[in-house]
Amino acid sequence: MTIEIKTSTLKPIRNTYAHIERRFGDKPATRYQEATYDVHSTHNFHYKPLWDQDREINDPSRTAVVMRDWYDLKDPRQFYYGPYVQNRSKMQENAENNFKFFEKRGLGESLDSSLREKIIELVIPMRHAEVAANLNNMYGTAHGTGTAVTQALIYEAMDRFGNAQYFSKIGLALDGNTGDSLATAKEHWMSNPAWQGVRAYCEKTLTIKDWFEAFIAQDIVLDTLINDLYYRQFDEWLTQNNGRDLLLLMEFMQDRAKDSQRWSDSVLKVVVSESEHNANQVLAWISTWRIRAQEALEPLASALLGDKALADAFAVLEKRLTKVGLNC
Amino acid sequence: MSPKKLNLKDKYKLLTRDLDWEFSYEDRKEAFPYEEFEGIKITDWDKWEDPFRLTMESYWKYQAEKEKKLYAIYDAFAQNNGQTNVTDARYVNALKLFLTGVSPGEHAAHLGFAFTGRQMGGIGARVAAQMQSIDELRHIQTQIHAMSHYNKFFDGFDEFNHMHDRLWYLSVPKSFFEDARTAGPFEFMIAIGFSFEYVLTNLLFVPFMSGAAYNGDMATVTFGFSAQSDEARHMTLGLEIIKFLLEQHEDNLPIVQKWLDKWLWRGYRLLTLVAMMMDYMLPQKVMSWQEAWELYFEDAGGALFKDLERYGIKMPDYTDTIKQEKEHLSHQAWWIFYQYTHAAAFHTWTPSAEEMDWLSEKYPDTFDKYYRPRWELAAEMEAKGERFYTTGLPQLCQTCQIPMAFTEMSDPTQVVYRESIYNDERFHFCSDPCKSIFDNEPEKYVNAWLPVHQILQGNCGGGGLDKVIEYYHLEDGVANLDFEGSPDAERWKDWKGVA
Repeated sequence: MTIEIKTSTLKPIRNTYAHIERRFGDKPATRYQEATYDVHSTHNFHYKPLWDQDREINDPSRTAVVMRDWYDLKDPRQFYYGPYVQNRSKMQENAENNFKFFEKRGLGESLDSSLREKIIELVIPMRHAEVAANLNNMYGTAHGTGTAVTQALIYEAMDRFGNAQYFSKIGLALDGNTGDSLATAKEHWMSNPAWQGVRAYCEKTLTIKDWFEAFIAQDIVLDTLINDLYYRQFDEWLTQNNGRDLLLLMEFMQDRAKDSQRWSDSVLKVVVSESEHNANQVLAWISTWRIRAQEALEPLASALLGDKALADAFAVLEKRLTKVGLNC
Repeated sequence: MSPKKLNLKDKYKLLTRDLDWEFSYEDRKEAFPYEEFEGIKITDWDKWEDPFRLTMESYWKYQAEKEKKLYAIYDAFAQNNGQTNVTDARYVNALKLFLTGVSPGEHAAHLGFAFTGRQMGGIGARVAAQMQSIDELRHIQTQIHAMSHYNKFFDGFDEFNHMHDRLWYLSVPKSFFEDARTAGPFEFMIAIGFSFEYVLTNLLFVPFMSGAAYNGDMATVTFGFSAQSDEARHMTLGLEIIKFLLEQHEDNLPIVQKWLDKWLWRGYRLLTLVAMMMDYMLPQKVMSWQEAWELYFEDAGGALFKDLERYGIKMPDYTDTIKQEKEHLSHQAWWIFYQYTHAAAFHTWTPSAEEMDWLSEKYPDTFDKYYRPRWELAAEMEAKGERFYTTGLPQLCQTCQIPMAFTEMSDPTQVVYRESIYNDERFHFCSDPCKSIFDNEPEKYVNAWLPVHQILQGNCGGGGLDKVIEYYHLEDGVANLDFEGSPDAERWKDWKGVA
């Protein structure tokens, strides 16, 4: 049995905005489509940027990659602002409960002191590396073309800032909110040999001019390796070494990385499938940055997990690249 | 040991401010290359006072809650044909102006704050700019969604982004935001963060949202309420940036003052469109433009400038001109659109007898003397079937890009003409401040894409006005011309059962 409320129906004169209709036909559009497609201004720019006099203010030539239609880089998650914040809000609620549980049960106090030191030395400094990730993605938002990719880049940027804060919160959960662990972790970031490669890599990425190269160096090369080292291999290591409780505090980062990879895989795949030119350019970037990443991560991966770990992470990167059609 | 309780300030410091580090492997200037070319001197980013201390987890939480409520209203609005509950279909033209003229500016602001949120060297300022950037993205997207339902029942919304890049009067807001985005990061922060968001937001955002509230537009007013707390954050950022720059180094004062002089005038000229909307386009008026200016600029802005005096900041010297113009602005602006209604994406009309009485009451010194006779003549000609149009193309001001129709305040029958010669070329301006803005940066403003010049050079479809209208994607007889007799008006009558 269904009940039916009578409402007055008025016939619409059109289904959606004209630019959406030109792309998808005369039919009702999704909110993702209306919020995303053709939102970037493309024509009749007025002034040359004082900081980049040879280009327009919105200019596709801020990357060497070329796309006929930058809106091909759609987000498989269909995130526009609303779904993005609602999705992350749910995830943060879960994280909040995890942190509360950890604190309430005093799980920090039951940690073995060598494990605690290891976390402070080799995990908490990630909070600084996440700031570089925040900036590299923000760079793409500011200089990229087409709202399909630039909006996803700012979601990634804000996520990474969130990660930086979650890593900091792990420190606070271990040091009783004094902040001592953060100060120690920063010393490691600044001078512990295990971190200097990663720090140099991060600083280097922040000087990249081409926004898509920054995406490759950060979201593809470095993140694939870091994600594998921290959210898969170190996850297993913690399970085997009485550190299970800490997994509660890493869950947000782990889940988020998976979610983000769906998007970055799709961006990479569409860009390299577009043309040989793009594929070659992306390969050139990857080959440079993977060498830097190898050098950067070796001491960290060994200290965190032993000598074999980085090779395993590189195998994961290899697989990821092969999957999108890049054979390095 | 039970964990120490952290207050908000300490917590924020630990979670944010301490994340930056001194570079060892690269030159930090390579990573933040645009910090110095504007001449601004930053001696210590640590002195930045965080205007709002929002962690990402709280940001996601609050914003998600707001979005959920907002979209519930949008859905209800669409389901119940909320568009039929507005005071009058003429009201919807204010929304067309909003979607084509203001919303794309939100997106430009989003990109501009992404730029400063990447480029400023201090993490406190960067994070605040980044949050504003994603907020502005929220605003363009929620505005597109709020108007999406109107677009299904009214003309003039469907080509909003195509038009924003092309239509003559939309080059006014477009060039405004591009001027800010093409400037350096600190000028952008003063232009949009302070002048626009802090000083002028009550004269732009608020009139449209109050107009929605007064005219039964539940979708737009709900957006307004939902964005209010975002706007409050943006205002505190605007105030912090100006204070911070002024406190950092005394050499910053003349630079900041020059930017203020420029941007308050640029913003004020942009508000011409709002003045006209308030006085002529809202069937149910909120307050007159003059009243809004007095309340939000002269009173509130006056207090603000008093507060900034201790840094040596002075109120721009042209505010007396604005004071005089406030009694003329909206009348002259609506007259421009009335004459060129064939090339506009919203409908125009002559004010009704009651509306003219309201205008007489609100503008006792000017309306009856200068403007009422003109509107009465226009209405008379309309009644005789001789509706008045201007078919020639107007001269545009090289800076603000508004047609040169503003008059001398000493003689409201005489149009202002100012000019400058640069590289043997002559450039025209609607006012002294627009001229001096040009004279300060001529090499920038010669690149303005002036719609009328472009039409004459054949870059807007070529040929006659019909080709230009086609280039605009303006369907003749549908989205343009007078409200009376438009398809919008016919549909409205149909819904309301009026013959």
